[in-house]
Order: sequence, then C-alpha cells, then structure tokens
Amino acid sequence: MSVLIFIDQSEGQVKKGALEALSYGAKVAAQLGLSAEGVVLGKLSEDIAALGKYGVKKIYHVADEQLNHLDAQVFTDVIAQVVQSSGATVIVFSNNTDGKAIAPRLSAKLKAGLVSGAVALPDTGNGFSVKKSVFSGKAFAHVAIHTDIKIIAVNPNSFSTAASGGDNAEVVNFNATIAAPKVKVTGVNKVKGEIPLSEAEIVVSGGRGLKGPENWGMIEELAKLLSAATACSRPVADTHWRPHHEHVGQTGLAIAPNLYIAIGISGAIQHLAGVNRSKTIVVINKDPEAPFFKAADYGIVGDAFEVVPRIIEEVKKLKGVA
Amino acid sequence: MKILVCISKSPDTTAKIAFTDNNTKFATDGVQWIINPYDEWYALVKAIEIKEKDPSAVIHLVTVGGADAEPVIRKALALGGDEAIRINTASQDSFYIASQIAETAKQGAYDLVLAGKETIDYNSASIGGMVAELLGLPYVSLATRLDLNGNTVAVTREIEGGEELCEVNIPAVVSCQKGMAEARIPNMRGIMAARTKSLKVTEPVAAEHLTSIVRFELPPAKAGVKLIPADDAAELVKILHEEVKVI
Ligand SMILES: Cc1cc2nc3c(=O)[nH]c(=O)nc-3n(C[C@H](O)[C@H](O)[C@H](O)COP(=O)(O)OP(=O)(O)OC[C@H]3O[C@@H](n4cnc5c(N)ncnc54)[C@H](O)[C@@H]3O)c2cc1C
Ligand SMILES: Nc1ncnc2c1ncn2[C@@H]1O[C@H](COP(=O)(O)O)[C@@H](O)[C@H]1O
Repeated sequence: MSVLIFIDQSEGQVKKGALEALSYGAKVAAQLGLSAEGVVLGKLSEDIAALGKYGVKKIYHVADEQLNHLDAQVFTDVIAQVVQSSGATVIVFSNNTDGKAIAPRLSAKLKAGLVSGAVALPDTGNGFSVKKSVFSGKAFAHVAIHTDIKIIAVNPNSFSTAASGGDNAEVVNFNATIAAPKVKVTGVNKVKGEIPLSEAEIVVSGGRGLKGPENWGMIEELAKLLSAATACSRPVADTHWRPHHEHVGQTGLAIAPNLYIAIGISGAIQHLAGVNRSKTIVVINKDPEAPFFKAADYGIVGDAFEVVPRIIEEVKKLKGVA
Repeated sequence: MKILVCISKSPDTTAKIAFTDNNTKFATDGVQWIINPYDEWYALVKAIEIKEKDPSAVIHLVTVGGADAEPVIRKALALGGDEAIRINTASQDSFYIASQIAETAKQGAYDLVLAGKETIDYNSASIGGMVAELLGLPYVSLATRLDLNGNTVAVTREIEGGEELCEVNIPAVVSCQKGMAEARIPNMRGIMAARTKSLKVTEPVAAEHLTSIVRFELPPAKAGVKLIPADDAAELVKILHEEVKVI
C-alpha cells in the first residue's frame, strides 16, 4: 500500500502543480503511515531521483517518447498499470490542466472515488473525506470517498512546493504496455517570457477603469518588477484590449495567487469568484463605493493613473532598480 | 454528424451562497437557475455553429436531473438543440452522473460529445473525462477552439502558460471553455420552436456512487479592508514587503 503521486511535466520540465502534489502526497503518506511514491511519464530533462527531496521514496518512470505529450486515455491506462503493480491506495494529482484531463478518467477506469479541487489534507477521523473548493471559491464542501482506492486532485497554489528534505528517490524504470495515442499534438504555443497566470504567485490585474489597451504599459511594468503575471476582467478580454487567456473570474480562469492587485476593476461577484482564493488582495479604484473594497485586504481610493506610477517608483526603490 | 451536448443547471452567478439542514444542503430558496455558462456559451453554441455550416448535423441535449431542470433544458432547446433527453435522477456524485450520460451516449452513437469545462457550483471538471473513459473514447479537455475537418477535429486546449494544438478522429469527447464560441441569446423564433421540440424523460440505469458530500462550509469573513492614502504608495509597498512579506 502506498500513496502514488502523478508528477506531470511540460517539455521535460516538472510543473509547479506537480511539486505541490508531491508535498501534499508526502504529507498524506505520513498521515496514513504509507510510503510516498511518484510516477513520471515521458522524457524529463531534470534529475528524477532528486525529486526525493519532496519526500517520495520511489519513482516509477515510463520513459517512452509517445508519452512526451498528453493523451489522457493513454496516460490513464499507463498510470492504472502502475497503480496495480505498486498497490497504491491513494493517488494524488495536481488539479491543473493535466490533472483535470487524467484524474477523472482514472477515477472511472478504477471505479475509485475522486475529489478534485482539494484544499486540505484528508480527514480520516471517521471514514475518509477531503475538503474541496465549491461555488467558485465562495464555499467549501467536505466530500467522503467510499471506495478502497481514493483519488485526490489538489488545487494549484493551495499547498507549498517546499521540499521536506528527503534523500534521493529510487528510480524504477517501469515497463508499461502503451497503446498508440489517438490525440496527435501538432503544436505548442507558449507565451514566451511570461509567467503562467495559473502558476503565478503575484498577479497584477486591470479592468475597464484603465480606459483602453494603450494604458496597459504601467500594468505590465509593475508586473515585471514584481515577477508577476498579468490578468484582466471579462469586458477587457471581450473587447480585445487583452488576450482571452488573461480573463479571470467565474467564466475565465480561477486563480489563487499570494497577492492579487486589482486596478480599475469594480469587483463584480463574477469577477470575485475567480480571485477570492487569493491570499492577499489589494484594490486600487477611484470609487470608494466599489464593491471590490469589501473583498480586499488593502485598498487605495484614487486614480490609477496617479497611484500606479507611484507604486512603481516605490517598488523600484525597494528592489534597487534605477 | 450527431452531437451530444451535456447541459447542467447551475445557480445564477449572483446567487447568495448559503446552506441549510445543518450545512448539508445548498439553500435554493429564491435562487434563479441558469444553464451552466460553460455548457451554454461554449459547448452548445459550438454545436450550433457546426450545424450552421452543416445543416444535416443533429444536436441532442442531455441533462441528468429532476423535473426542476426542465426550464433550463427548454432554454437550451430555444438556443438551438434539436431534441433533449432528461435522465430523471438527482445526484451529486460525478461518477454516477457520468454513468448516466455515457449510457445515453452509447445508445445514440454520437460523433462528438461536448461538455462544459466545469459546473460553476461543484467545480469538479470531471464529467467529460469520466464519460470519455466509460465510452473508451479519446478526450480533449479545456478546449478553447474546435474545427471540424471531415472525420477529424482540430482542437486547441489550454495548458499552463499557453495552448496545445491537437488533432483527433471522431468519435471523441471534448470539454469546452472560453474562446470556443461567442455567447448568444435565444430569439423569439427559437423560443417558439422549443415548445414543440421533443424532451424525452428516461429513468436512470444502475450505477455506483463513489463519493458523497458530508457537509458544506463558508469561508471565514474577511477582516475588512485597510485603506491607505492615495499619495502614500510607500506605505503600501512597505506593508506588502515587511508585514505580509509577499513582495
Ligand atoms: C454570467 C456572467 C459571468 C461573468 N463572468 C465574469 C468573469 O469571469 N470575470 C469578470 O471579470 N467578469 C465577469 N462578468 C462580468 C461582471 O459582471 C462585470 O461586468 C465585470 O467584471 C466588470 O468589469 P470591470 O470591473 O473591469 O468594469 P467596470 O464594472 O466598468 O468597472 C470599472 C471600475 O474602474 C473604476 N475606475 C474607473 N476609472 C478609474 C481610474 N482612473 N482609476 C481607478 N479606478 C477607476 C471604476 O470606479 C469601476 O469600479 C460576468 C457576468 C455574467 C452575467
Ligand atoms: N447533471 C448533469 N447533467 C448533464 N451534464 C452535466 C451534469 N453535470 C455536469 N454535466 C456536464 O459536465 C460538465 C462538467 O461538470 P463537472 O464535472 O460537474 O464540473 C458540465 O459543464 C456539463 O457539461
């Protein structure tokens, strides 16, 4: 019996979500008195054994070239083989883009109950239940899993990626039967040099209060100084001031950074639904009645075109940038 | 071309979130129900766009839910579905719901099954993947674009920090999100036509419940905003650096 953690990668690099899943999985293993093990599919350019510092003792590696890109069906099949051979009873994913593709398939294949969007360690006091985020961050649900094998997909940015300082893991080359992928990946477009919004620790976001796309220079400058990602409200994406992938909220991306800075955004309930899991929220708005102030930790009532350049100056001083 | 679109009902995006019965049930009093936005704006409208290019295409809608799901499925018919199926059972377990949809999908021999990215109430993002597995079909999740070329679909899916372009032969299951299509509103003709469209009610097949909701919980209220004078950006930066330690 073990806890098996899926370590997902993109172009040979372990994803941030995978590190969170590893730290979480190692804690679950300690809680249940089981050993923590990992599984890596495809080619990795990093040293796999070194992932032992996150607390995993053993890592199954299926190095086949066909697994460099995700076909959820093939990945599910291979992971199921690892589950069977390792006797894992808890399987942990990140609830990131790969986890959302694979975990539900694995759940149906193994008839193993899945809780996706987990925000806490399981409660094993009476059965086995996991707290998850529901109603777009406006509430939580405690969900009981009734099956012998349990699958948990942990929400990005809910757990730290901190290494617990274990030894190198034993890497086992796992011989799996691999069906030919049916999903052919014909291209990958990554926004170069930008921090992925879903993984960012700090997000600087702009709304309609910025008046037009030509005013985003200061948003980008502040984001760059803070190593932050940029985001926007829905009307801003809908009017093509900013690209669709920056739209956060109920119908856009849901994010949970450590710091969310909202500039010229009113704070409509649908916007809040995508950002209310942020740990600290700073709101800059010229209207003191803007609903966003009710959800904020810190606020400045003022004109963004005056306030943001001042903040940029202060951050430059702090970082020692001329 | 036969398309099955999975439609779920969700509380209106401005609905107050509260719970009753010792925090075990969502308080539905006064709640307006809408078509889950991902199902409506993206999955259903995409199906309609496909049908506009190929009028021989057929769009069926499926919902798993009680009679209270009917107004929502009627609205989906008004937007453009041809026929609807309601599987008469209410459940909060994704595997149970997916098992029902998979059974309907099998019987209808669909070329494409479209689901939303997630429901905005339970946020599971699970049903599409489960249906695909139960049908043994390929699955592309979180799609932002879909183009049909004969027997293949070209799909763009979201990945961290970008997108991946994929091709897959039909039949396949795809979960849909923003970018896929532009939101529409039903017109009078659609609303009239929906009244005479078939809405078939079937009983559920036997399937397991793998999970259940024990209780709900609301997050603790925020302490309240600390306001900083507009000319004192230094104070804000100092707090974020020294007290909150985020920058
Ligand atoms: C079903 C549904 C789903 C939705 N999903 C989303 C979603 O996912 N994400 C989302 O964001 N919205 C969503 N919306 C839209 C949402 O209701 C709001 O309309 C939207 O969030 C408003 O965007 P905004 O705050 O940028 O613009 P506005 O509401 O126009 O607010 C602009 C703000 O800028 C302030 N301002 C103006 N000038 C300045 C200045 N010089 N300096 C400082 N502040 C200034 C104003 O005081 C105002 O508060 C959805 C709506 C519906 C019905
Ligand atoms: N009760 C239901 N009936 C029909 N389709 C559903 C139902 N619940 C969820 N779906 C579909 O599955 C998608 C993902 O839902 P979920 O996995 O619950 O987040 C939704 O966007 C719908 O397309």
